[in-house]
Amino acid sequence: MAVLSPAKTKQNSEDEPAVKRSKGGLVGRLFHGLSAAAGLTILLTLAAVAGFLVLRAWPALTASPAELQEISWFRADSLLAYVGPLIFGTLLASVIALLVAVPLSVGIALFISHYAPRRLAQGLGYIIDLLAAIPSVVYGLWGALWLAPALNPIFEWMTSALGFIPLFAGYQPPAKNILTASIVLGVMILPIITAVAREVFLQTPRLHEEAALALGATRWEMVRMAVLPFGRSGLISASMLGLGRALGETMAVLMILSPGFLYSFFLLKPGQHQSIAANIAAKFPEASGLSVSALIATGLALFVITLAVNMFARWIISRRSEFSGAN
Amino acid sequence: MSKRIEVNDLFVYYGDFLAVEDVSMTIEARSVTALIGPSGCGKSTFLRTLNRMHEVIPGARVEGKAVMDGQNLYADDVDPVEVRRQVGMVFQRPNPFPTMSIAENVLAGVKLNNKRISKSDANDLVESSLQAANLWNEVKDRLGRPGSSLSGGQQQRLCIARAIAVRPDVLLMDEPCSALDPISTLAIEDLMSELKNDYTIVVVTHNMQQAARVSDRTAFFNIAGTGKPGKLIEMDDTSTMFSSPSQKATEDYISGRFG
Repeated sequence: MAVLSPAKTKQNSEDEPAVKRSKGGLVGRLFHGLSAAAGLTILLTLAAVAGFLVLRAWPALTASPAELQEISWFRADSLLAYVGPLIFGTLLASVIALLVAVPLSVGIALFISHYAPRRLAQGLGYIIDLLAAIPSVVYGLWGALWLAPALNPIFEWMTSALGFIPLFAGYQPPAKNILTASIVLGVMILPIITAVAREVFLQTPRLHEEAALALGATRWEMVRMAVLPFGRSGLISASMLGLGRALGETMAVLMILSPGFLYSFFLLKPGQHQSIAANIAAKFPEASGLSVSALIATGLALFVITLAVNMFARWIISRRSEFSGAN
Repeated sequence: MSKRIEVNDLFVYYGDFLAVEDVSMTIEARSVTALIGPSGCGKSTFLRTLNRMHEVIPGARVEGKAVMDGQNLYADDVDPVEVRRQVGMVFQRPNPFPTMSIAENVLAGVKLNNKRISKSDANDLVESSLQAANLWNEVKDRLGRPGSSLSGGQQQRLCIARAIAVRPDVLLMDEPCSALDPISTLAIEDLMSELKNDYTIVVVTHNMQQAARVSDRTAFFNIAGTGKPGKLIEMDDTSTMFSSPSQKATEDYISGRFG
């Protein structure tokens, strides 16, 4: 507590000191220290993960192509040539998943926040949260055993009717292709995006909604004028959270996708793509020595991609921050 | 362009709760009508029934008539969205859209009404609306800046420019100066005196000097007690209301003996 000189103490003892030092000082400092330590933990964890990845990937990063090619499954001229198609497959699956999930999530979130009667909105929000609690292995089973057969006729129609577009050409049953995997990923990231978007939309200031309505906006025009622009940065954050999950998702992709190592835009052909995470999971149990390092090197690539995606999202948000409504 | 509104036996409910009871009044065109009264007396609620903004609150409903230019605003075939396009509103706290620039804010309502507007027409409209709101000289060099970069008083004048850009028949103002400093308040009051040449203005205010300064007619609302409905006590020319009101309650309120 405050250290006062004896003279001063004496002087103040007669009447109350003008400003009393709060008794919460010690607790306050303790809490300050604790929260600072908690914040530091994040940084340390991140550094530890990055350090581990670089350290353990180092043998593969510095190995010669000849050494790498001794690994039974390594069929590429260099590590970069090996990881390239994997990065491509990971990004492709995640981007399609986002294309599926974001519009749907925005629709559901808007319905819950601005259209549905209150009781229905609560129930629906609860069900969406439940979706998030389903383990990814269950999604994998559902995707492989139910969704793939269910999509079969649709994909057959797509390849016959829209086959002139290369994207949809060459479908072969069963539907163990990247589009099926991406749709399952989309369903998996739907709850997190919806939940965040709903919270963001609910926080639209009533003043701005009323401003739009008073100008003669319909409900939809009010949403477009006040709610969506206000929620824009939150929506980007929500999508990035979803993208992060889709990038790293392992089980569902592993169980659904028939793997391949090509830069291929044939969304309906099997054996074209593979994601980094699923590839690691598939090969890790039988890996040893340099092959472990090679797998960890692909993990390092995933780590870098995730960081880059997040920084890109932050940049988008900050670009128009003075129009964000936060000021 | 401006129109008079005749209100007959208007009751406002929130669910089962009667908020405002039996209001009948005539709001003259090209004049400023002030609504005064203690907090909770229903004057803001009544104001919002004039552009059906109270319907934003679930369960709110109205019985009675509000007739503008021969058309009952509460007739079955009247769309509240159409009403609001003819009856503009300025709120207690300035609320420019934060994601839009100053110019975009002015045009926000116009873009709703007729989606396509040529670039030069848009520029002209931005200038004339901001001129009418006495804001043009202060912002003409930074029309692309966000509306939220302005001071509170400027933001409120931007909101007025946004409201009059759609050429409404009536302009409702819900305590437009209560969040502003005296100088900005004066600017808005001057603006009201100018705007009444073209518009019918209804203003809710807690500031009786303001009512006396800006309005032509004044309506006094009061409430008997908590949970009771608010009601219109009397309405007269502002000079009469502030010198020799016919009701004791009005005189008590105006002379500051209660409320």
